[in-house]
Amino acid sequence: MKERLVQIEILRYNPEQDTEPYFQLYEVLCKEEWVVLDALNAIKETADPTLSYRWSCHMAVCGSCGMMINGEPKLSCHAFLRSYEGVIRVEPLVNFPIERDLVTVADDFLKKLKRVKPYLIPKESEKIEKGPFPQTPAQLMKYRQFSMCINCMLCYAACPQYALQPKFLGPAAITLAHRYNQDSRDGGRAQRQEEIASDEGVWECSFVGACSEVCPKAVDPAAALQQVKVASTLDWFKEHLLPQGEKT
Amino acid sequence: MSRRPFVRPVSKTGWYFQHPRYLRYMSREISCFFIGAFALLMVLTLERLGHGPAAYEAFLGALEGPWMAFFLFLIFIFAVHNASSWFNVTPKALPVQMGEEFLAGKYIVLAHYLVWALTTLGVLIFAGVI
Repeated sequence: MKERLVQIEILRYNPEQDTEPYFQLYEVLCKEEWVVLDALNAIKETADPTLSYRWSCHMAVCGSCGMMINGEPKLSCHAFLRSYEGVIRVEPLVNFPIERDLVTVADDFLKKLKRVKPYLIPKESEKIEKGPFPQTPAQLMKYRQFSMCINCMLCYAACPQYALQPKFLGPAAITLAHRYNQDSRDGGRAQRQEEIASDEGVWECSFVGACSEVCPKAVDPAAALQQVKVASTLDWFKEHLLPQGEKT
Repeated sequence: MSRRPFVRPVSKTGWYFQHPRYLRYMSREISCFFIGAFALLMVLTLERLGHGPAAYEAFLGALEGPWMAFFLFLIFIFAVHNASSWFNVTPKALPVQMGEEFLAGKYIVLAHYLVWALTTLGVLIFAGVI
């Protein structure tokens, strides 16, 4: 099994000692098939046990190990070392405060996620004895792609609108709201619209499309946000032009 | 252990130089200025037309020259860039679901180009150019 010496430059920050982050260079012997996360684990085990970062599944499912790798938001478990030449620069996800080293503060995202009610709100209360609520494959396909989101926050790190307007709900939260709005079993759209069609919602998006380019699960948040814009615009026309003045 | 999160500064003006994808986005946004300039030129042309044939001809005469030709060429390039960049992302905003499948995005994009070409043809016929 081939091995090579890899140089990794990591942004370090210890809130108890440092006034600002700084880069620290490490050299670590890596196997050819390793990903950046393996290299970080090797550094922590052999060179510097103080290095802090989040990770869990090592298979692009948990969404914990997002970081900037050579300036690009990536899951470090999904970034193969063989794809990089020279010194690899690793930083915490941009657009989030740094808690320590590569660990970011995710509080803002989690609060926004909660605001959009990313769960099924049944149209009418169903008794459990009634059994399962079946869906056709076509009904499933309507939202399936958007249900693949793993909350890794790479889209927030790529989104310049979120960087410039931190009040923006952001790609993943609005995508998850859209995912449930598209679900035939759901009846919570009106509640979610209060958040996602507000001035902190989808209209902050100017369709840069970076969110979709960096998404590791091909969720395509940019598509979800544009669809929310179309639906919200139709709401406005229905409300202002139809005699009943009702939203659907 | 104390929490003291570090907030990295965000450049309000230079962020679009940080990645080619942001420059691509800005090129699409900036193209609007050129389209706006052309719309303004059209309004001015109509205004001159309102003052009679002599004023209109004089205005058209003033527009002749290499600088105006270059400016109109720039407007044309940016207008094509603006239209094509929006056409290319239309499948994201307007997906067409057919049963369990979605219509391939390329057909939605192609339909836009087709309507664009037919509209251009219609305008050229209406204007007596062809």
